[in-house]
Amino acid sequence: MEQGGFFFQALVYLAAAVIAVPVAKKLGLGSVLGYLIAGIIIGPFLFGFIGEEGQDVMHFAEFGVVMMLFLVGLELQPSMIWKLRKSIFGLGGFQTGITAAIIMGIAIIMGFAWQTGMAIGLTFALSSTAIVIQSLNEKGLMKTEAGQNAFSVLLFQDIAVIPILAILPYLAIKGLVPETADAAHHATTWVDGWPIWGKSLLTLGVISTIVFAGKYLISPAFRLIAKADLRELFTIAALLLVISTAALMTMIGLSPALGTFVAGVVLAQSEYRHELETDIEPFKGLLLGLFFIAVGASIDFHLIAESPKIIFGLVAILITVKFVVLFVIGYFFKMGLDKNLIFSFSLAQGGEFAFVLLSFATSNSILSSDVANPLIAVVAISMALTPLLMLFNEKLIQPRFGTKESVKEADEMQEDKKVIIAGFGRYGSTIGRFLQTNGVYATYLDIDPDNVDLLRKFGLKVFYGDASRHDLLNAAGAAEADLLIIAVDDPEKTKEIVAVVKKHYPKLKMIVRSQSFFGAYSLIEQGADRIQLEFLDSALRMGTDALCNLGHRRHESFRASKTYRKNVEKFIPELSEVWQDRSLLISEAKKRMQFLEKSMLQEKEDFHKEKDIGWDASDIIKEFGEDKI
Amino acid sequence: MKKILILFAHPAFQKSRINKILIQGLDDIEGITLHDLYQAYPEMDIDIESEQRLVDAHDIVIFHHPFYWYSTPAILKEWQDLVLKHGWAYGHEGKNLKGKFIFQVLTAGGERMAYCQQGYNKFTIRQLLSPFEQMANLCKMNYLPPFVVHGTHSITMQEVLEHKTTYLELLAGLRDETINLDDLANREYFNDYFTQK
Repeated sequence: MEQGGFFFQALVYLAAAVIAVPVAKKLGLGSVLGYLIAGIIIGPFLFGFIGEEGQDVMHFAEFGVVMMLFLVGLELQPSMIWKLRKSIFGLGGFQTGITAAIIMGIAIIMGFAWQTGMAIGLTFALSSTAIVIQSLNEKGLMKTEAGQNAFSVLLFQDIAVIPILAILPYLAIKGLVPETADAAHHATTWVDGWPIWGKSLLTLGVISTIVFAGKYLISPAFRLIAKADLRELFTIAALLLVISTAALMTMIGLSPALGTFVAGVVLAQSEYRHELETDIEPFKGLLLGLFFIAVGASIDFHLIAESPKIIFGLVAILITVKFVVLFVIGYFFKMGLDKNLIFSFSLAQGGEFAFVLLSFATSNSILSSDVANPLIAVVAISMALTPLLMLFNEKLIQPRFGTKESVKEADEMQEDKKVIIAGFGRYGSTIGRFLQTNGVYATYLDIDPDNVDLLRKFGLKVFYGDASRHDLLNAAGAAEADLLIIAVDDPEKTKEIVAVVKKHYPKLKMIVRSQSFFGAYSLIEQGADRIQLEFLDSALRMGTDALCNLGHRRHESFRASKTYRKNVEKFIPELSEVWQDRSLLISEAKKRMQFLEKSMLQEKEDFHKEKDIGWDASDIIKEFGEDKI
Repeated sequence: MKKILILFAHPAFQKSRINKILIQGLDDIEGITLHDLYQAYPEMDIDIESEQRLVDAHDIVIFHHPFYWYSTPAILKEWQDLVLKHGWAYGHEGKNLKGKFIFQVLTAGGERMAYCQQGYNKFTIRQLLSPFEQMANLCKMNYLPPFVVHGTHSITMQEVLEHKTTYLELLAGLRDETINLDDLANREYFNDYFTQK
């Protein structure tokens, strides 16, 4: 593509998105539908800004899906899968199996061979992870029971693609002329002509390689990159990781999305998880938008115009079958009606994997392309209808039942961590361990790759990342967290974090470590909820120790240190009002220290001023007895 | 209307079964202040002035606590030692508590029958509470019989809820001054006023 052409293309896509998406959001249609409409408008059937190269864009934009699955994989904690096992394997398994079987039956009734029917059934059983997650997130339904169940089903489907891709070659029909697959990810690969068992072995080998590399090679590599301390280098490395995985998968003729999904799952345990998530996220958003535009542009209106009845009939069948199956399963899994409606409507479409599987099936001579092409249109239309279906449910069906699903507190899908600790050196890690002994498991962030590595060797789940970046805080779960503990060494960094949190998460409570009185004053000014002076407690313990060594009673010394600490903690917010004015601050602080000294000394000497007068009998002796000692 | 201050002391409240139910929601009732001492003073560093102001602002003081070793948990003893100062609570200068009411709300593992001369605990609850009764006398307060939940080791939820109902009735009665104090004075337990009419 020549330069001008490229710029013009970019201009068209970006302009379409910039215009269509805000309009769609304003109309309450959601961004996905906005992108799809933008795609239809600029596509070959309306304005024709983009024509055949829409296909190329589609392949490029499928990268958005690839990245999305990488991120979905990153989010997967074994503990979460275990918690959701019932809904993933129950809901997901039944949905995929039953839907595939019914659609296969329909295809056979229509006169297709059973192999073709099975391929279509398996393809149509999958829903669109991209559209559903995006839409549910936008509506804030992701954390609800319906959202979680939808997520579980999608997860099962994403995993199910692996065996489906492995099964498909066995369904090849003799006599069906294989198409030369022009799809980018099935461009002739160097495994063509291998026997099937060889391909299967190779697939297993490659997946194992990804798992092994992710476990043992990636972390040291990223550590080196993190030490270079260049943010963009990390981003480049993150992209390289995703792209190289995708390229490897493409080379052996497998779906790149799957490879990155596996890579994501492997790296979900890594200390670089939050950092990777943060770096890939913007690319994902951009490319996913592009992907939706491409889906819109690729809807073959000529084909639809030629045989609208067939196409829309198939769309209706697809959506109806999927909806009914989901609804019945939801009912058996005891979902409430309103939740079940959200769940069923959101998943009742074909998925982006269908495009992959259909072209894979044509190149493996299971389907002919004059069957596959209308099916691609059907999937695209069903995807485009999803936001409309959800809207239809929201505006027309849901209100009739009058119950709105509320967001459940701290439920299955949320990690059971509600605390984030930024800075995990000797100070932060002491806090972390203390909290752990009390059953509170926080998310730990630290910026020093060596320290992260060391602590991980001790079995602590520390993540690498800079807590003054709001996107990274977001990846660490700041939006859901109850408490942020800031325990970093660097006072400037501390201020930065407080400012970022105040700006982006005004509701998040902060307990902040301060290295000095002045630091404490300015942090209070910035709006930190609670300040802990890092030296106060241990210095007072040392002072108490000194008093005891001088022969003072231990209990008295200990109580004196508590009185002192209480007073200091009371002074700090008072003095933070005047700290900018150095001379005023000095005089105010002096006044308070003198008062404290006086009152505490007086207590020691003068029983009448003593607050522990209840433990002193001199007054009582005066009234009721005679002082004979 | 009389104002009630409940000084609640339970050092392991997170493990409490019965007291948790007994105090639940009391804070929301008009005229009642629930003051959880272990929550207010985690280091036993009682703020004497603020405690005295609190007592001054109420007409009825309740010590609500599990009956540890025939007495109170440590913080309530500390509270007595430090807050009830000579010259404030008693002595010829100390008139701040004069005429106020005081009594105890207790939870005890043993059954009521165990608290008598022939029983397992040799003394009655009233005998064991004599230091508190005398504290009230010295401070010129009116001492009322205790409200006791016995047999906490084998109590049923049904029984706990019945006690809670009585407790609420008792608090409302004291607050609205509908309780016959002469009748109450002859009772061994506050419970009996409601259960043995």
